[in-house]
Amino acid sequence: MAIVTYILHDGRSKDIEVKTGESVKDGAVNNLVPGILAECGGALACATCHVYVDEQWFDKLEPAGEVEMDMLDFAEDVRKNSRLSCQIDITEEMNGLVIHVPEEQY
Amino acid sequence: MKVVIIGAGHAAGQLITSLKMDETITGSITLIGDEPWLPYQRPPLSKQYLSGEMDVDQLYLKPKEFYKASKVNIRLGHHAQSIDRTAKTVTLDNGDKVAYDKLALTTGTRVRRLSIPGADLEGIHYIRTIDDTDNLRKQFAPGKAMTVVGGGYIGLEAAAAATKAGMKVTVLEMADRVMNRVVAPEVSTFFEALHRSQGVDIRTDIQVTGFTGEQTISAISCKDSPDIKSDLCVVGVGVIPNTELAETAGLKCDNGIVVDDHAQTEDPDIVAAGDCTAHPNGIYGSQIRLESVQNAVDQAKAAALSILDKPETYCAVPWFWSNQYDVKLQIVGLSEGYDQTVVRGKPENSAFSVFYLKGGTLIAVDAINSAREYMMGRKLITDHAKPDPTRIVDTTIPIKELV
Ligand SMILES: Cc1cc2nc3c(=O)[nH]c(=O)nc-3n(C[C@H](O)[C@H](O)[C@H](O)COP(=O)(O)OP(=O)(O)OC[C@H]3O[C@@H](n4cnc5c(N)ncnc54)[C@H](O)[C@@H]3O)c2cc1C
Ligand code: FES
Repeated sequence: MAIVTYILHDGRSKDIEVKTGESVKDGAVNNLVPGILAECGGALACATCHVYVDEQWFDKLEPAGEVEMDMLDFAEDVRKNSRLSCQIDITEEMNGLVIHVPEEQY
Repeated sequence: MKVVIIGAGHAAGQLITSLKMDETITGSITLIGDEPWLPYQRPPLSKQYLSGEMDVDQLYLKPKEFYKASKVNIRLGHHAQSIDRTAKTVTLDNGDKVAYDKLALTTGTRVRRLSIPGADLEGIHYIRTIDDTDNLRKQFAPGKAMTVVGGGYIGLEAAAAATKAGMKVTVLEMADRVMNRVVAPEVSTFFEALHRSQGVDIRTDIQVTGFTGEQTISAISCKDSPDIKSDLCVVGVGVIPNTELAETAGLKCDNGIVVDDHAQTEDPDIVAAGDCTAHPNGIYGSQIRLESVQNAVDQAKAAALSILDKPETYCAVPWFWSNQYDVKLQIVGLSEGYDQTVVRGKPENSAFSVFYLKGGTLIAVDAINSAREYMMGRKLITDHAKPDPTRIVDTTIPIKELV
């Protein structure tokens, strides 16, 4: 279990308890965090679960795989700390993780 | 406002999410579904859930608590029998009447069942529901012979899962190539070779005429070829849209419940979304029916906005995926009506893509282990781009610089 803070585009934020083994996407989708669409349900087929991982945390996460990198490259407003949230699985060590939700997924 | 949703599948799950995300909504939401489960994802049923890499909790679109917290009235295990559009009520199989102000039809499709001799024998499986996959997986055991009737993507995914489980798999396809409805010949050839390399016996141009066995299937008979010994069989020969309820209620149906680009039926108080609808697609300028998560999700969003009286046009490029072994097929667009295909990359490298053009305009891309081409295709199709075929084939040109 880890508490993840989702900071929305408009500055509002939500602290959500996400179970170990669930993804950052699951935490958002299960708790109606707006802005993370995750249309394919985590199948790495849609790239509508794009998020920015807080700079403090980015390097602490397992790096993105090849397919994720390829898909990310075409997402809207990609930055250095962009990730697809369905590919970030929660571990105990991620307690306090901060995620920024982009304005748009398309 | 009383919103009633019939059919608790993928579109229904999205519809409830979209309604609940709108802060202005008041009133009640009732979800009627004839399956015993809350809305869940079907794609894993022939993929990770079949191969045992995913458990049932991960299939649900939203956890149970979400529906409780959102105060959605759940009526699962009930089939909606009829709609009275004048009284604005829905009658369930137990006689209960549910009143609505706005009604959403998300009834999806059901599998097409074979009606050839022996089709009722045990051991013949279809894949549409959690139960279907649970029952099929229970029959998986190394060394058993499994035959797949129908070389569509569901049958091929099942073949891949069974092969991984150590079974001897045969795939029978009536047409001259697998997945012929959705992909170009180059892609069919690639997948046929892939399955064969894993030990699957793929036979095309073959017609199944019946099943034999005592109580359980033991063999499959085919026209002009010897019987095929089988311990079990998976049939994947397409689906039929569930339109009867709408039809009986007098709503227009034409290979699907006919809706406009706001997911609105001809009745202002009834919307429909997902696999069960025939709808206009603004990008291709034709009426289509899709069987995909993309359509279920995007059209359900449009349906929610229509219910909320904030209509927005549904106009999206369709996309789809299939996983077989470690190969990822991603499809974007609709290839029907193409007059030219251009291949980028080499099938031998297990990474290539097929670009479909119509009068020079890009209309679809099949991407095999080529996520970049898939993503670029999505952008280009939306823009009605006319990429230069000589640049498409030239892999020294980065895909981002195609146009
Ligand atoms: C094995 C399999 C693999 C798939 N893989 C992919 C994939 O990789 N990618 C992809 O994009 N798509 C895939 N799909 C397709 C995708 O799952 C469907 O497009 C999607 O489920 C459609 O959602 P829907 O809500 O329209 O219909 P459904 O999810 O089918 O839901 C309709 C529900 O309504 C119920 N119902 C119907 N009539 C009534 C009634 N009168 N009263 C009460 N309930 C009723 C049905 O029983 C059903 O539960 C796959 C489908 C299957 C079966
Ligand atoms: S949810 Fe589709 S790619 Fe992450």
